Amino acid sequence: MARTVLQQADIARALTRISHEILESNRGADELVLLGIPTRGAVLAERIGAEIGRIEPSAASAADLVGSLDITMYRDDLAKHPTRTPAPTQVPRRGIDGATVVLVDDVLYSGRTIRAALDALNDLGRPRAVRLAVLVDRGHRELPIRADFVGKNLPTSRDERINVHLTEIDGAEEVTIEG
Amino acid sequence: MRHLLSTRDLTRDQAIHILDVAEDMADVQTREVKKLPTLRGKTVVNLFFEDSTRTRISFEAAAKRLSADVITFSAKGSSVSKGESLKDTAQTLAAMGADGVVIRHHASGAPQVLAQSDWIDAGVVNAGDGTHEHPTQALLDAFTMRRRLHPGSSRGKDLDGVRVVIVGDILHSRVARSNLWLLRTLGAEVTFVAPATLVPFGVGSWPAAVSFDLDETLRSIRPDVLMMLRIQSERMNAAYFPNAREYARQWGLDDERLTALGPDSIVMHPGPMNRGLEISAAAADSAQSTVLEQVANGVSIRMAVLYLLLSGEREALA
Repeated sequence: MARTVLQQADIARALTRISHEILESNRGADELVLLGIPTRGAVLAERIGAEIGRIEPSAASAADLVGSLDITMYRDDLAKHPTRTPAPTQVPRRGIDGATVVLVDDVLYSGRTIRAALDALNDLGRPRAVRLAVLVDRGHRELPIRADFVGKNLPTSRDERINVHLTEIDGAEEVTIEG
Repeated sequence: MRHLLSTRDLTRDQAIHILDVAEDMADVQTREVKKLPTLRGKTVVNLFFEDSTRTRISFEAAAKRLSADVITFSAKGSSVSKGESLKDTAQTLAAMGADGVVIRHHASGAPQVLAQSDWIDAGVVNAGDGTHEHPTQALLDAFTMRRRLHPGSSRGKDLDGVRVVIVGDILHSRVARSNLWLLRTLGAEVTFVAPATLVPFGVGSWPAAVSFDLDETLRSIRPDVLMMLRIQSERMNAAYFPNAREYARQWGLDDERLTALGPDSIVMHPGPMNRGLEISAAAADSAQSTVLEQVANGVSIRMAVLYLLLSGEREALA
């Protein structure tokens, strides 16, 4: 049975708050780059980028602020699954050197995706700092990684499944938990 | 996908998938760090029973950029020249723990034999076998066409309705065969142009038009892509045409034909080129020529193939 834990309005409020928190901790939108992890993290990064553009009119245009970072090639479990299809990586024109990079993903779980993302970033350049924003933190970390900006902390058991549905991809807008 | 032996077995979706993964690999080639950790700890053996420079170094570059270890084994100066059989060579490589074998062989079907045998449990990539197939060349050619025809938005596209004319030694060309199957799968229309002596027997059963007259074909088809094949002197034991000058005049891409072709058509050549024979220097160096792009794209395609074959969990024998 799937139970809805975040509805459309909750997701929107969480993303607005995260946008403000990012701007607060970065003291504005200068030297800021948002990199979403495909597929849903990339959508969330675009939304946060649009929100930041609304809050901070001096912020760079979306194309210079938001990108996507595919981590397929950096995963540590490639040999344990059928071959995965990579997604495109798109880095804003300015690159990531010297920038504060905020990684954006939908769910933070074991932390292995983020480890892979840090490796991938390393091959793209040298950011000044790397932060992490996630819509849902469900716990059960397997690596020393934590999120800086969290939409919602959801205590879960390992048997449960968290499904994030976003309009752009799934046609629906909600976060559900399946037991 | 477990092996890549022929473009004939590829479905349309599989082919487009390989080309799309190659797009991602091509993006990596534009970065400062051109290496991915994806195949760390895997061993790829380049098993070359026939001379090759560009295919071998292209596979070598592709494997290295995916962090695989590469062992190159060429028949010259190896135990093969002492009479070792394919079976014993394969079992030796298996004992060394090869995960992937890239094989080029002068006998058509050798990669198939290797893939179907129980001598070695590695993914097999055909890098050219006799006059049979050269699938990665066809894939990189299709990739190059797609990128030229849809600049900046080639992902997910096929080649529906693209008119491709392939000129030269069709009889011996594995590139022509692999291209034909792949291009047809992707929806392109293929015309072969060659002297009658260099058209294979049984070509009537192939899904391609055949012509003996290049000028007439260029006029009537107005190709989007003109692919010139190399005249392979090493496979020419008999005389297939009177002499090189006559071939160049009848079937070569000279400056006059290049002008007639128009600026929107692209000129391809799998290399190495015989300048002045099948392609003039002006045509080879023109803006329409994709020869160097083909080389760069070759690395991306081979990275995609190695990734798709070697990275995932071993699939059950298909």
